Amino acid sequence: MSEATSVLNKARFDGLVTVEEAGLQGMITLRGDLSSSALAGAVKAATGCALPDRRRIVHGAEGAVGWMSPDELLLLCPYGEAAAKAAALADALSGEHALAVNVSDARAFFRLSGGAVREVIAKLAPVDMAPGVFAVGELRRSRLAQVAGAFWLTDETTAQLVCFRSVAGYVNDLLCTAADPKARVGFF
Amino acid sequence: MSTRLATGGRLTDRSQQIKFTFNGKWLRGLKGDTLASALLANDQMLVGRSFKYHRPRGIVASGAEEPNALVNLGKGARFEPNQRATTTELFDGLAAASQNHWPSLEYDVGAVNNALSRFLPAGFYYKMFMHPRPLWKHVYEPFIRQSAGLGKAPDAETRDADRYEHFYAFVDLLIVGGGVAGLQAALTAGAAGAKVLLIEQDAHWGGRAPVDGGEIDGVTPEDWVKKALEALEKMGNVRLRTRTMGAGVYDHGYVLGYERLTDHAPDQGGPRHRLWRIRARQIITATGAIERPLSFAGNDIPGVMLASAVRDYVVNYGVSPGDRTVVVTNNDDAYRTALTLKKAGLEVPAIIDARTSGGGALMEEAKALGIRVETGRGIANVRGLKRVISVQICAQAGEGAVLDEIHCDAVAMSGGWSPVVHLWSHCGGKLTWDAQNAFFRPDASRAPTGHDGAPFVAAAGSANGHMHLNTSLQDANTIAKSTLAALGLAPKTEAAPQAAAPDEAPLEPVWLMPQGAARKLRAKAWLDYQNDVKVTDVQLAAQEGFESVEHTKRYTTLGMATDQGKLSNINGLATLSHALGEDIPQVGTTTFRPPYTPISMGAIAGEARGDIFQPIRKTPMHDWHAANGADWEPVGHWRRPYCFQRDGESIEGAVHREVRATRDSLGLLDASTLGKILVKGPDAAKFLDMLYTNMMSSLKPGKCRYGLMCSENGFLTDDGVVARIDDETFLCHTTTGGADRIHAHMEEWLQTEWWDWKVYTANLTEQFAQIAVVGPNARKLLEKLGGMDVSAEALPFMGWADGTLGGFPCRVYRISFSGELSYEIAVPANTGRAFWDRLLADGAEWGATPYGTEALHIMRAEKGFIMIGDETDGTIIPQDLGLDWAISKKKEDYLGKRAQQRSHMTDPARWKLVGLETTDGSVLPDGAYAVAEGHNANGQLNTQGRVTSTYFSPTLGKGIAMGLVLNGPDRMGEVIEFARTDGGRVKAKIVSPVFFDPNGDKQNV
Repeated sequence: MSEATSVLNKARFDGLVTVEEAGLQGMITLRGDLSSSALAGAVKAATGCALPDRRRIVHGAEGAVGWMSPDELLLLCPYGEAAAKAAALADALSGEHALAVNVSDARAFFRLSGGAVREVIAKLAPVDMAPGVFAVGELRRSRLAQVAGAFWLTDETTAQLVCFRSVAGYVNDLLCTAADPKARVGFF
Repeated sequence: MSTRLATGGRLTDRSQQIKFTFNGKWLRGLKGDTLASALLANDQMLVGRSFKYHRPRGIVASGAEEPNALVNLGKGARFEPNQRATTTELFDGLAAASQNHWPSLEYDVGAVNNALSRFLPAGFYYKMFMHPRPLWKHVYEPFIRQSAGLGKAPDAETRDADRYEHFYAFVDLLIVGGGVAGLQAALTAGAAGAKVLLIEQDAHWGGRAPVDGGEIDGVTPEDWVKKALEALEKMGNVRLRTRTMGAGVYDHGYVLGYERLTDHAPDQGGPRHRLWRIRARQIITATGAIERPLSFAGNDIPGVMLASAVRDYVVNYGVSPGDRTVVVTNNDDAYRTALTLKKAGLEVPAIIDARTSGGGALMEEAKALGIRVETGRGIANVRGLKRVISVQICAQAGEGAVLDEIHCDAVAMSGGWSPVVHLWSHCGGKLTWDAQNAFFRPDASRAPTGHDGAPFVAAAGSANGHMHLNTSLQDANTIAKSTLAALGLAPKTEAAPQAAAPDEAPLEPVWLMPQGAARKLRAKAWLDYQNDVKVTDVQLAAQEGFESVEHTKRYTTLGMATDQGKLSNINGLATLSHALGEDIPQVGTTTFRPPYTPISMGAIAGEARGDIFQPIRKTPMHDWHAANGADWEPVGHWRRPYCFQRDGESIEGAVHREVRATRDSLGLLDASTLGKILVKGPDAAKFLDMLYTNMMSSLKPGKCRYGLMCSENGFLTDDGVVARIDDETFLCHTTTGGADRIHAHMEEWLQTEWWDWKVYTANLTEQFAQIAVVGPNARKLLEKLGGMDVSAEALPFMGWADGTLGGFPCRVYRISFSGELSYEIAVPANTGRAFWDRLLADGAEWGATPYGTEALHIMRAEKGFIMIGDETDGTIIPQDLGLDWAISKKKEDYLGKRAQQRSHMTDPARWKLVGLETTDGSVLPDGAYAVAEGHNANGQLNTQGRVTSTYFSPTLGKGIAMGLVLNGPDRMGEVIEFARTDGGRVKAKIVSPVFFDPNGDKQNV
């Protein structure tokens, strides 16, 4: 049987924040009618989470659900369960127009931790990262310098961040550059 | 001569000496010095040569407005030209060199231009170098290139040693300028709870007030600034940044801030500059004011300085520009300089006041100190070459008859002050002419407005035309409060502190000294030091019909280049308005454009340099390719191996080896970059029938079909294989470069036109590593891996199946872009590298050979398969390429159908795809045109076709090509000629584009 390896093999850098490629992460793209109770039920069954509000992410015992657009969610789950959960979602939603697909391998997943986490992101994304504005649980799809990315805070000093797999090296280099210990801004 | 005084210098630390070099000579300065103050402390009055006449030039100002003291700064990878000495903080080991002279600063050959200055008037270059035209390229341009430019360009072989970064900040209120007005505005807004960012371009807070004196709240301005900073630092909602300039104001409250982090400490590490990309709901520009020079003969001789700068050097740095300084003014403020000098123990032989009635309280104070004050007088001429020797005094009302000559070594001049309105103006703020103070000030009724039509920029303090210390503070408070109202915040009711400073008598506008100066004097009265524009140049421009200030600017170069006329603009346009007989406000100003002062290219680029200059997209097998001789080819942002070069092998050799190995046995291609877009929904089939020219709704699950996509205009835009997964689900393969574009194209149609169709798409390009296993032994390798039936019966050509191979879950597509027996196998990307390694290991017995894009191209060309971007260029329709078989006749509609029915698209004279074979077996030049009889209206050869793809085929041992030829398919066997770039011709025979295995015997096994 084949062993899956995450794109940067859990690369790690310690600077203003610790930048870690967080390893294999199950991710499912679910598109459908977010007002449908069947969809909400399927999401609950897959992740244990209720549907998030606009631009929010909800964490539950078995995973998390992020709001990506008015008809798209991002489901997080253990890597090994993503294919089965995507299939279960598709089954549960077979009666309505929906798309559930495993995208775990299409993306890279990073964890940033440390006091300067807001500051490091604010060097790369045109987003107001101020406390009280970008709250824990807020999910933002934006850009990281020249590529697309999405991120959220799981607590005041930890962020999770996803980007496309092919640019994982670029994003890692960006984050490490922004986290240069001598590049503190001290704005937040 | 200029020197360091025994005492004084509020910004310098006398206990810390700093060594630096100027033109290679070691000099000493103090911590806290600017390069300018340190040069003056070393009696380096002469710092450069002017642009056009190469006249000796000295330091004239003390801040960002400095036009003269531009130096080449640093060495090697840190070299930068045109750095202002006045804003360059001194550090140990700083290396500066003066500019625009040869062979040396002291003895400059170019100074001959000065002697010829009467032959180099305004517009000289335009007039002189237009005719005769042939001389332009060989004589004029080389001459101008050599003589033009101030600093040296950095060595092309060096790379900037530093890093840069951006930072996105969002605030309620951005205050630009940390003088007392900016600080007061921040106090008022901060107390009300607004989120405030206050930025100051210098390293110090307080602006001019600590130098200019007075009292705020009963204490010195310096003490008040300290208290204000302490209060602001305690506010959690206020952020303070020094060394950060407001560079530009743009729509929607977007502001660029330019922070210089390590210019003063290059060894500190970290980013050198940070570009702040700020969104502010409201902006206050508290940018202060800039003093104007006076226009008198010899006002550019080193030692003639702005009066405010002279006292800055004395107070801030303990440096005196001269032992004997004559002050010349049209206002009271310059008297402060005389008082400062006198109190520092220096001589002020006279104050020359152009006003017949003289000044107010400050004049009385000067007189009380025994300083001679001459009212109604002006300077007729400054004597000296590289240094001031004396000034000749005349009546301001006259024509310059010399009444007296005063020996001195410096002249402190003041023509009044101009509010810094640049940032106010960047985004459309208008100005009004204040006749009493003789300056343009922001017109609050015509402020820059935001999306809601409400103002989002306000000027405060002296930037708003309030020159007196107290009115400036009161104005800052008022403006801050009105800004708070705009933010919906309630200001605290606190009043601004009261400030005391002497009342000043009104100034008298002086645009020329003396007012009736004769031509000889006017021709030596400089308006723009940096660009060598004199009063006579602007007058000549007016005489020649350049009535618009914008035209005069470009004709005379007034206000151009690195300082953008910070000192010269108002004097220049006043001169122009007089010459035109118009009022100053009628003439108006030139446009203020960002940045306020030049910012580094590095700051603009931010982090994007070196490895992160651009994102490079990598497939899961990228590292293997890199380690195995990949010669990279950029395809979009991807890097794909062009070929895999082995030791001692040429690129051509590698490509041919890869083709032969694949055709003879077994090749492997990393096809992961191909786009893979999942399309699902009850209307998916209908949707794809509209997107593709051929029928996709009739495709059976488990099968694949090649399809073409056209734009609305009918042009072929992408192609690829569509696999039907189930009734409602399709996987559309696109070209590598087309993946994102086609996904966006799909979403655009779904979101804007067919919003009621039930279709979802997902771009799965990166979810899978896709590997093509190609060649006669392809099936043997898959059977060796085992796990699924890949026989011709179970998995026929254009079929696909899910399963496992060697334990890897995968989807196998039996499709071929090479004409060989071929399987494209998709595995989850995170197992891609392991699967690739496994294929190589298990395929070793058949000599499994990874091949690159060039081998792919050759093999597809041998089979006559088209390539998007080679056979297409945005003007080609499928019918041109003989792809009529892939265009459904049954479908009522598809994107591009209507366009393809237009007369030009159905014109039988459109060039059509054929194969081309040179008669001598050589390779046709890429892009070569087939020549036809005769010439066109432009005298060019007529053409009848062009080459779209051309290769040497290792399989066939000869050159093969495809091309578009007039009536090509009807002319099989005909020989036509193609033009080579060397003028020669190549003969080629028109043949079928399918050169190899036309019956498909190799792939259908």
